[in-house]
Amino acid sequence: MELPLSPEDAAFRDEVRAFIAENYPKEMRVANPERDLTKEQSLLWHRILHKKGWVAPLWPKQYGGPGWSITQRFIWEQETSRAGVLPPLAFSVTMVGPVIYTFGTEAQKQKYLPRILSGEDWWCQGYSEPGSGSDLASVRTRAVRDGDHYIVNGHKTWTTLAQHADWIFCLVRTDPAAKPQSGISFILIDMKTPGVTVRPIITIDGAHEVNDVFLENVRVPVENLIGEENKGWSYAKFLLGNERTSMAGIGRSTRYLARLREIVDAEIDVDDPAYAEFQKQIARVELDVLALEATELRIVAQMARGIDPGPAASLFKIRGTEIFQQVTDLTLRATAHHGLPLRDVPSDNAYLPGPAHSHVAPEKYLNSRKLTIYGGSNEIQRNIIAKAVLGL
Amino acid sequence: MDIALSEEQELLKSSLQRFLRDNYDFATRQKIVAREAGWSRELWRELMGLGLLAAPLTEDAGGLGGGPVASMIIMQEFGCNLVVEPFLETVIGAAQTLEASGSAEQKARFLPPILDGQSIWALAFAEPRGRFDLEHVTTRAERQGDSYVLTGRKSAVSAAPWADHLIVSARTSGSARDGQGISLFAVDRTSPRLSLQGYRTIDSRAAADVTLDGVSVPASNMIGPEGAGLAILEACRNRLIIAQGAEAVGAMLALNAATLEYTKARKQFGVPLGSFQVLQHRMVDMFIAQEEALSLMQHATLALASDEAGLSRLASGAKSRIGEASRFVAEQAIQLHGGMGMSDELNVGHYAKRITVINSQNGDPGFHLLRFAGLTRSARTMPSAA
Repeated sequence: MELPLSPEDAAFRDEVRAFIAENYPKEMRVANPERDLTKEQSLLWHRILHKKGWVAPLWPKQYGGPGWSITQRFIWEQETSRAGVLPPLAFSVTMVGPVIYTFGTEAQKQKYLPRILSGEDWWCQGYSEPGSGSDLASVRTRAVRDGDHYIVNGHKTWTTLAQHADWIFCLVRTDPAAKPQSGISFILIDMKTPGVTVRPIITIDGAHEVNDVFLENVRVPVENLIGEENKGWSYAKFLLGNERTSMAGIGRSTRYLARLREIVDAEIDVDDPAYAEFQKQIARVELDVLALEATELRIVAQMARGIDPGPAASLFKIRGTEIFQQVTDLTLRATAHHGLPLRDVPSDNAYLPGPAHSHVAPEKYLNSRKLTIYGGSNEIQRNIIAKAVLGL
Repeated sequence: MDIALSEEQELLKSSLQRFLRDNYDFATRQKIVAREAGWSRELWRELMGLGLLAAPLTEDAGGLGGGPVASMIIMQEFGCNLVVEPFLETVIGAAQTLEASGSAEQKARFLPPILDGQSIWALAFAEPRGRFDLEHVTTRAERQGDSYVLTGRKSAVSAAPWADHLIVSARTSGSARDGQGISLFAVDRTSPRLSLQGYRTIDSRAAADVTLDGVSVPASNMIGPEGAGLAILEACRNRLIIAQGAEAVGAMLALNAATLEYTKARKQFGVPLGSFQVLQHRMVDMFIAQEEALSLMQHATLALASDEAGLSRLASGAKSRIGEASRFVAEQAIQLHGGMGMSDELNVGHYAKRITVINSQNGDPGFHLLRFAGLTRSARTMPSAA
């Protein structure tokens, strides 16, 4: 489905398409980019985009953004996701960057923003804690003022790609006496500071994607505080809004549906009743994608006219994640009894049965279970819509 | 109908529960699967000592005569404890196939080593392009004197890397999908020209693709009459899928118990997670899924025990419905455990992975739904053929 585009926007779309086709690194085209690329490999595209000035579509021009309109940003999202490129690290570009240029001091902007744009600094997110999942405001990590420093103690968990990170942005409690939301601050911690320890968490798909981050008497300069002390909750909410915007994942679901169709055509004979059954189920998911895409386009058109989308992001997150889970489930089913091993669990699982296209099916199915949990679980998103849209 | 266990069956269940509690907690299981072999032969011998290997077989075959209800009890507890040892393949698959269709000589030769805990078997039925069709057999068996020579490839043979023998389906006549012309062979896994490409599956077990490149098998190893293997395969699959239903139910019971405990203990927003109505309703649905699966599983087990008419239809219906129900429970158990559900350190994901594997073995829920529909149709047009 295409947004009706003005001639200028259509030309922009063609430019984007051509740029991706000509510049996206071949070595990033691997079976499962989220899992298979090293830190350096995953930064290749980031650096190419930086050179072009396109690495941070969301950012205003003065901070190094491309100065795109809402429609252009959407075209960018659509084209990159259709092309299946691995986007620049969201924690850096989409999450902490906007918080810094919106709420940070001039010195903070000058120190951090250029290094985010260049890919020099890799950021991770210190939000969740063992006792603090959906109830994010219950963070217990403490930051106690000691002269020009905060002394930070606590335990962050599910920290995505912390093993690569140079910096972590953290929610910490600075006023234990205040109500949960009002005693939280937003601080930036250098991962090299003594007292920061990263411990891998292996997930059910065998991946090392998330980590525990232990903070033990970590001395953080006061100048690393964002905005005002105890106002961190409002910055965190601002950031979570950004996290959810692109979760419809239309391009991704569309690509995986195309792959599913190829697997079904290759693996199941047309006269096998399972073939018709799969066609029906694929069509159903395709309609789910179409309905969500139409909703997305409608909301983008409204935003371009200056209408506040409200909590539309929650709708995108709910449907986008559920659709993708369904695609991975159908794909695993289509591989029949071939889809049983993981590529690298154990690490010497060298022989993989069946055709190559079935080899990432189980890890994708298992890994995508996280989608309805993270970034505000889908239950929380439904609460948001119930409250903010329906007024319940 | 509810299966009221006899005193003997209760004893089997409680002694197995006690044994697994003492010898097969999750930490121990994780140590066993981390070994190079991936399973425990010592434990297998202890299971033998408890009488488990002989439990389902008839007394004539050297068993204890426990039948399908004994298998159900065992598989349900194995499901609860994520037992990886190949009871399904060796006893319910191979031993009971030999018992039902083997010659007296074959029974005398093959059953005692199985019952003694010496011999492990695996079932080489599936083929690379065959999906779940038992009659999709392209592996050929050609008679040469006193032997058959087997040539072909078998896929996703669960427990093959651990096995001493395989039951291989091969074609003695006909072409790819003919129902007639399939024969079954007991094949020594260490035979010359037989090779395995082994791999570990997501449920921490082992499987292999098997290549038979002109493997010579004595004619005396043919199980059942030449060319009439499909009926034996179907009977075997009915037993396997009903037993896997019991295993899935065991896993569902464990997942629901763990989820309930977690949501009662875990506090967010100052209250237990379990106090949120949306999660309460989800857990009610998980409970209903478990209860219906348990009921269907018992129903199918009793039908198997009495060799009821319409067994195949019921077995397929149960495999399909229990498969969907257990997948729902597994996915929701992960969801309700939040991030913890994604961690490989917790047992929840391991139950989910076992359920995923069960669902893609011996026919997935979609395959069995269609088979159920097909058998319903033929029962309506030809009542006697059900």
